[in-house]
Amino acid sequence: MALELINLSKTFVNTTDQVNVEALKNINLLVNDGEFVSVVGPSGCGKTTMLRIIAGFEKASFGKALLNGEEIETPGREVGIVFQEYALFPWRTVIENVEFGLELKNTSRKERKKKALKYIEMVGLKSFENKYPKELSGGMKQRVAIARTLINEPKVVLMDEPFGSVDAQTRNSLQEFLIDIWRVRGDTIIFVTHNVDEAVFLSQRVVCFSSRPGEVVLEVSINLEFPRDRTSMDFVKIRREILEHLMSSQLLSAKADSLRHKGTE
Amino acid sequence: MRLSRYILLVGLIVIWQLLSYFGVIPKYKVPSPIDVLLGIRDLFIVGLPPGYRLMQHILESLNRVFWGFLFAAMIGIPLGIIMGWSKLLKGMVDPIIEMLRPVPPLAWIPISVLWFGIGIKSAAFIIFLGAFFPILLSTIAGVVSVDVVLIEASRSLGAKGKEVLLKVLAPGAMPSILTGLRIGLGIGWMTLVAAEFTGVKTGYGLGYMIMTARDIQRPDEILAGMAIIGLLGYLMDRILRLVEARVLRWR
Repeated sequence: MALELINLSKTFVNTTDQVNVEALKNINLLVNDGEFVSVVGPSGCGKTTMLRIIAGFEKASFGKALLNGEEIETPGREVGIVFQEYALFPWRTVIENVEFGLELKNTSRKERKKKALKYIEMVGLKSFENKYPKELSGGMKQRVAIARTLINEPKVVLMDEPFGSVDAQTRNSLQEFLIDIWRVRGDTIIFVTHNVDEAVFLSQRVVCFSSRPGEVVLEVSINLEFPRDRTSMDFVKIRREILEHLMSSQLLSAKADSLRHKGTE
Repeated sequence: MRLSRYILLVGLIVIWQLLSYFGVIPKYKVPSPIDVLLGIRDLFIVGLPPGYRLMQHILESLNRVFWGFLFAAMIGIPLGIIMGWSKLLKGMVDPIIEMLRPVPPLAWIPISVLWFGIGIKSAAFIIFLGAFFPILLSTIAGVVSVDVVLIEASRSLGAKGKEVLLKVLAPGAMPSILTGLRIGLGIGWMTLVAAEFTGVKTGYGLGYMIMTARDIQRPDEILAGMAIIGLLGYLMDRILRLVEARVLRWR
């Protein structure tokens, strides 16, 4: 397998008022090479925290994240990440953004340009290579960010609500675009979203988190063929199953919350 | 039409000329614009003191500013980037900077003359002090303002410490750095003229020229010198703005 999370837990310690916030609890997850896994759950359930640990930005409080058997300790090119807010370098043109990783590897200028143009074409932005990010729409920016990550050939690609800031129509076309690319390339992708429809449309497996502290409450394999039809019976059925599970777990945690509050009052 | 922005300026000068012409403002206190222009002409052709021509005064002053400003930028920008990056270093250097900063550059003149003698080195040092702090502080502010997500993105793409510094923090801080350069150049220029009041060895310099005009009681040439200083400061800022527009065309 490519990625393995073992008993991963994270507690944030607030040093000013000494209140500990448990963000993740005992996450165990295996992601195979070439697999597309989505993680869904309510806001604040620790999905992003999990990604940040896998990316090497945060340390786990307990447990570990292994990439091909080796513990992830610092950020690096093995684990790529696509952010909701695109995170393009505004002072670099499209091609200069895409070339960033190759530049760090000291790839020759000619080679860099050739490869970057190939990736820009792959994400459908041919002839936009010399534009600055401010000249692009949100959807186009995210395509650039995806090209910039994939050109590095990371072993795992993390996506944190990547289509969360675009309108519904752009969102659908970006989903189709991502699936097309993934089916050709077979990258290993962990896709975080709170949109169940999106998760079912994209992934081979959906992992559901409970609200804080995030725990895995359900894993569903989705064997529908690509491209998927959102209106098909099977699609709707799977979506409903996940939604029901999420709602009941949210209800439970809301109840637990209110009980806890009563206890402290 | 961009010339329209100068309408008010020209209008005010015309009013000034009229007030002078009709004797509303006495000429011995405020010479008319035409007198000032004639003064500038005299400074060009005859010079003040005679033989010390305006062009040479300007070149000497610009030369002093150039060196002071260059050193201020060469030290202020790298130091600012490192201080913006390292909290530890910033914490240690901060009290030193904040205690040196309130000391007016002119108060450094005695010690500067002691260290460097009278000449270009001490003049450049005074200008350096005037320009250095705005450049440093703007650079630090620029680095601190760089979005954390850009730093994280670069790390995930394989950037390490030095690369993050050069490829993310430095370009990300560039807008603020350029603002700092403009403020620094302006203050450096002001400092220079004041520093030249206290004396120069070569006999050249705009500040020195104005003091000479005062000594021989020529208000037209005093104002002529002031006009030249203002005009040059304005031109330098325009040049930096052009550089800024070019460097920051991504904005």
